[in-house]
Amino acid sequence: MATALKRRDTMARILAARGDALVVTGLGSTTYDAYATHDSPLTFYLWGAMGAAAMIGLGLANAQPQRRVLVITGDGEMLMGLGSLAAIGAERTANLSVVVIDNEHYAETGMQASHTARGVDLAGIARAAGFAHASTVRTADELDSLLPSLYGAPGPVFAVVKVVAEPAAIALPPRDGAYLRSRFRAALLGEARAVE
Amino acid sequence: MAVDWPEQIYRELLAADVRQVAYVPDAGHRSLIERCQADASMKTISLTSEEQGVAMLTGAWLGGQRGVLLMQSSGVGNCVNLLSLPHECRIPLLMLVTMRGEWGEFNSWQLAMGQGTPAALQAANVLVYRADSPESVAETVRACAALAFNSGRAVAVLIGQRVVGTKSFK
Repeated sequence: MATALKRRDTMARILAARGDALVVTGLGSTTYDAYATHDSPLTFYLWGAMGAAAMIGLGLANAQPQRRVLVITGDGEMLMGLGSLAAIGAERTANLSVVVIDNEHYAETGMQASHTARGVDLAGIARAAGFAHASTVRTADELDSLLPSLYGAPGPVFAVVKVVAEPAAIALPPRDGAYLRSRFRAALLGEARAVE
Repeated sequence: MAVDWPEQIYRELLAADVRQVAYVPDAGHRSLIERCQADASMKTISLTSEEQGVAMLTGAWLGGQRGVLLMQSSGVGNCVNLLSLPHECRIPLLMLVTMRGEWGEFNSWQLAMGQGTPAALQAANVLVYRADSPESVAETVRACAALAFNSGRAVAVLIGQRVVGTKSFK
């Protein structure tokens, strides 16, 4: 079904509302767009480990139960980690939200169609796996009304945001993993615990 | 009296301040999983595939908590690509692996991954240690927890099938 949403505008709207939420982004476009629109030491950018984003969010949410944890990833990355929806759904983790920015393509590898372009319904899978909320949005109004539940509703919350499959200007965050983890821990836990 | 090595592992995990216990069920870890589930200071998380635990414990450590990943040797192969996470980010990862496909194995389907486990882990930059007697399990877990958490490295303890006991199909 058609969408008018652009991926980078979508990321900007989502991150503008983040408050003190902790953010994990999946490799590829979601990492680039998060950096381009709202860099923060409390964003952990993935440059690899495809399929890992949602489960990193689960471990982080369990370690920080007073904070909201938001995982923002792409459709291909989520499809590789589908089993993690069962693990998270069974846990009923209240402070975890997972957003899939879904362009229905593998943008990083040549724009091949992904499974969501061929009928696979990620929100339906998440709902069936036990997520407390699961929805698919296609308009700016729907996106705006999604934001309060992303950051506030008892989770786990799952949302698919359908976006146009088109490129955006290149914006590359730091890619040294040890640096990214140290700056994240320093911002969250203090300099003394950045490395321990 | 036989050494209760699962109980000793549990005590080592407590001493190491392990708070998140990720596992794919395994008969060799059954007793340890039950002990961890009974401890309110530990959160046990049942995975559907082992690589989820590598990712989850990365998140746990980013959030300030230590964890452990329990699995059988067949699960090591599932982890390989995601082991790039602790390697690239220099994040500690403690893996306790009960071995199949070796001492007295009945099920030949276990041999390929069981025999390949040390090489697969080493290829993914995991430091590998073995415990092949019940008496050596606790000290090996203690040393490997210290190594992992002090140096920010992925470390695996392979608990030999001789310790775990060969699975009976009778």
